[in-house]
Amino acid sequence: MLALRTALAAFRRSPLLSLLSVTTIAFSLFAFGLFGLVALNIKNALQRVEERVEVRAFVAEGTTIEQLIAASDQVSKYPEVLRVDVVTQEQALERARKELGEFKDVFEGQILPASMDIKLKPGFRDPVTVRKVVDRVREFDFVDDVRFGEEWISQLYKLRNIAGVAGIALGLAFAGVAVIIIGATIRMAVLARSREISIMRLVGATDGFIRRPFLIEGSIKGVLGGGLALVLTYLAMRLLEQYLHFQTVFFDRRLATVGILFGALIGLLGSAVSIGRHLRQV
Amino acid sequence: MIRFDTVTKVYPRAAPGAAALHNVSFRIAKGEFVFLTGPSGAGKSTILKLLYMDERPTSGDVRISGYNSFDIKRRDIPKLRRRLGIVFQDFRLLEDRSAEQNVAFALEVIGTPPASIPGKVSRALTQVGLASKSTALPRELSGGEQQRVAFARALVNDPFVLIADEPTGNLDDRATRGIFQLLREINASGTAVIMATHNLELVRSTDFRTIELNHGSIVFDSAELRKVEVEID
Repeated sequence: MLALRTALAAFRRSPLLSLLSVTTIAFSLFAFGLFGLVALNIKNALQRVEERVEVRAFVAEGTTIEQLIAASDQVSKYPEVLRVDVVTQEQALERARKELGEFKDVFEGQILPASMDIKLKPGFRDPVTVRKVVDRVREFDFVDDVRFGEEWISQLYKLRNIAGVAGIALGLAFAGVAVIIIGATIRMAVLARSREISIMRLVGATDGFIRRPFLIEGSIKGVLGGGLALVLTYLAMRLLEQYLHFQTVFFDRRLATVGILFGALIGLLGSAVSIGRHLRQV
Repeated sequence: MIRFDTVTKVYPRAAPGAAALHNVSFRIAKGEFVFLTGPSGAGKSTILKLLYMDERPTSGDVRISGYNSFDIKRRDIPKLRRRLGIVFQDFRLLEDRSAEQNVAFALEVIGTPPASIPGKVSRALTQVGLASKSTALPRELSGGEQQRVAFARALVNDPFVLIADEPTGNLDDRATRGIFQLLREINASGTAVIMATHNLELVRSTDFRTIELNHGSIVFDSAELRKVEVEID
């Protein structure tokens, strides 16, 4: 209780230094937030592309609709499979006409083969799994040909992996910078109160007692900085949307909370390191 | 109560062979008043720092109130300091807090129940003669008055010994006499006093025990002299 009061008193006693700390924390988290937003949007975009991963198994002419339905029932029971749509020759023609409007008169009669269109569950859309499904579907003797855009699926996954690794590396770098900056601002707060700390030690305050208000102060600054960073990130996103006409996604409530808690955590860590070092030195 | 046993202190960054204290041994009894004198750099402050365990001896042994410099744990040092009163030449008050807040601070930070704080604070301020200025900020007080606040802060926890490092170093003669009178009163009430000072006039004006240091060694201890006198008699 006293620790909380002392921590709040620190804000009252040196409002300018506190404001500076919060702003510094906010900007370093803002950089982190912007990066996070870019990462989130890339991930979302890749996910949308990924949703289009589809295996299309064309069947030989003369395959009956019953055979097709029986096979699709069987395929839909594969653990990787989300849904199987049976496309008859007529439906294939209809679809081709719709997709390739200008050639719609060229297609006539039953020139296009019937097919099973297989959608995969999320998490099973990587090249290896897709190929496994394809191999199993090929075992039906009436399946003529299986198409699944092999080339672009592996490209997509390469891109996804690069984005993932780069994301983690950059994220760690940004988080590291944020921790260092926050540690430095808390260190200023510690130095500004070094006289008070030395008196506390002289009259017999324990290290834990001295440390507590700083840890609380650091966490509060982290939360405030995190909140401010969130607002800044949101404003930056709206600006981008307005002027560059990007369709972007913002952090959902869960991610925003995680972000603010992350601010509190680095505030806490930064203070713990700064005050710990100070107490060891004096 | 306090015992230094062949204490040598060499600071880590000192030149080789330059010891701040060299083979220093003495005892201080309960309720004693002791002056530590000697030129700057003689080792007075080092002795005081060793007493409140801000420093540990390089060799030898400091014992104070059941604690031993050899094996005292870091977490026990605050417990020891709660039983000591410490004052400095530069007062070390918090400038943004009133006299009574400065004194209360010493109680708050060791977890004294809040209800008992105001009574203790006002008793300590009365003891040092500052009851009427309890709400004044340090900058509104004279040097002597500021030092009295520091004394009140040191006394508020009922220490068994008061450690004073040049407490009159920044004060004029009148304030010095006032502070010294206060120290005698504190001592008369049973608290031991160890006072480091340059002020030889003050030392000579009383017959309190005097330990004189030079270059880190004890060159004179009036208690030893008394022993010799007794032997001659």
